[in-house]
Amino acid sequence: MGEPNVDNNTVTQEQKPLNPRVESWKNFFKKLRKNKAAMVGGIFILFFIVVAIAGPFLTTYEPDKGEIVNKLAPPSADHWFGTDHHGRDIFTRIIHGMHLTLYIGFFSVILGATVGVLLGIIAGYYGGRTDTIIMRLMDVLLAFPGILLALAIVSVLGASLNNVIIAVAIFSVPVFARIVRGSTLSVKKLEYVDAIRALGASDTRIIFKHILPNVTSPIIVQATLNIATAVLSASGLSFLGLGAQPPMPEWGAMLSDGRNYLYNAPHVAFFPGIAIVAVVLAFNILGDGLRDALDPKMKN
Amino acid sequence: MQKTQKELLKVDNLKQYFPIKGGFFGRTVNHVKAVDDVSFTVHEGETLSIVGESGCGKSTTGRAILRLDEPTSGEIEFDGKNLLEFSKKEMRQNRKNMQVIFQDPYASINPRQTVRQILNEAMEIQNIGTKEERNDRIIELMETVGLGAHQADRFPHEFSGGQRQRIGIARALSVNPQLIVCDEAVSALDVSIQAQVINLLKKLQRDFDLTYLFISHDLGVVRHISDRVIVMYLGKIVEIADKKSLFTNAQHPYTKSLLSAIPSTNTEGKKERIILKGDVPSPIDPPTGCRFHTRCPFATEKCAKEVPTLRSEDYMEEGHMAACHYIEEIKSGEHQPTR
Repeated sequence: MGEPNVDNNTVTQEQKPLNPRVESWKNFFKKLRKNKAAMVGGIFILFFIVVAIAGPFLTTYEPDKGEIVNKLAPPSADHWFGTDHHGRDIFTRIIHGMHLTLYIGFFSVILGATVGVLLGIIAGYYGGRTDTIIMRLMDVLLAFPGILLALAIVSVLGASLNNVIIAVAIFSVPVFARIVRGSTLSVKKLEYVDAIRALGASDTRIIFKHILPNVTSPIIVQATLNIATAVLSASGLSFLGLGAQPPMPEWGAMLSDGRNYLYNAPHVAFFPGIAIVAVVLAFNILGDGLRDALDPKMKN
Repeated sequence: MQKTQKELLKVDNLKQYFPIKGGFFGRTVNHVKAVDDVSFTVHEGETLSIVGESGCGKSTTGRAILRLDEPTSGEIEFDGKNLLEFSKKEMRQNRKNMQVIFQDPYASINPRQTVRQILNEAMEIQNIGTKEERNDRIIELMETVGLGAHQADRFPHEFSGGQRQRIGIARALSVNPQLIVCDEAVSALDVSIQAQVINLLKKLQRDFDLTYLFISHDLGVVRHISDRVIVMYLGKIVEIADKKSLFTNAQHPYTKSLLSAIPSTNTEGKKERIILKGDVPSPIDPPTGCRFHTRCPFATEKCAKEVPTLRSEDYMEEGHMAACHYIEEIKSGEHQPTR
């Protein structure tokens, strides 16, 4: 057993094989770097993530303790974004809210994508009746406007941050299911899937080892774009009072508070609004850039 | 020149109909009769080829034998066991006895696995050997199919088409099959590479006592590799014979026209080209009687009504059968082309 193995190891060490995963990642970053908008989006998102993590150390104020005498103060050197109707520092609240926003965005998408990808891959792989049942269910979900569905779910489950995540996850399930089903249909027709089936592989092995790795790029793109949608929907629900409950520094809720003072203190609504726009825009731009970079038809 | 007469694979009245869904509730409105009542036997150690033009059901037959598609009806007996009676699990365990080599070397191996992973997975699925034994066998297999052991950790995109096809062959061999279905296994390769791969397949057959079911549209290749040949037209077998007998003494008008299409380097004795008119009819609604009657130069009214069965005549060699009402009459010149 010894000799040929030793020989083989030395050879492989000498000439490092080019891993297609590494290669395709390199290629992918090259294309992504050329897309300036996507890079800007990506840099902003990195920045947001840093802020979300380092948030509490960036300001000296408490997010939910205000000086009532100083309420609705306009932006100044002390309070960069001014204060709200309880005299709380808006800059501090936005920075603390970043954490909440990203938490909602990532978790609802991870939850929605996991369920959607599983359903889509099962529907696409097995086809027939399974496919019909799953996809008709997805059509039912898709028929509702997202925010309306989320509203209904939250009113059933009760208003809380976690329920908002569940609601947003549920309405992103059909989007993932559809995309993954389509990709699965095309991958499962490839000959190597037949070859591995002819070797006696189980369905689970085929689905997770041979189909899933080959349908990841549309999933990544959709997930990025869906984070933007999730953030927007979650803010919308909080705006309507169905999401994060006061005094949580959630941007939608802050926007809703600011609504009453639009005339004499517009900054109370303005800054949370800008924050929502920035995050949503960053994820959308990055998503579009990823789609172009991962598209095999766009070579360089 | 059959080496042994033991029947390895017996296909009986195999039918493969694919439903066409349509209408409001996705009802089955019709069927594509891809393979319609096909029976034949493959003997151990021989190479049986199936030839025919695209859409005649030759690949579908291969896929049905491997149960990659579930056949509509019929019986497939492999080594005395009826494959269609196996449960999914039993079938998975029995798959090591019959393997497949596909046409497209670029689509038939997973681009995300190294050769080592591909071969290892094949053996892992069939529980062959320990990890060390499998590793040794991978090196052995690669050398058997003419690849270097040092290439084991490379990815498919680092290989040429011919090399990839060798990887596919190594994967099929890894589980020690008795039968290998070669589904257009060399059709996608360059002519020079084709020859190498065919010679490799022949060598492997000698070394490992393999039986091949060789599906191809290329008569030149078939002539080189086969012991016996089946000619299919629109889901039915029209002629089956020994290679020699088929190429020198073809009986069915369709086989004759196929053979006349082989380019020849012989400039002196120019042979007559039989050119068929029209297209292959649709397998959804195949012609009545003999399926070839719409294009056959010898067709009569009888051909449109009665389905010819495979039969043999005295002057034909043993095992040579053709499905035509007028074998004798055409041979003797009694029956002349009707159009």
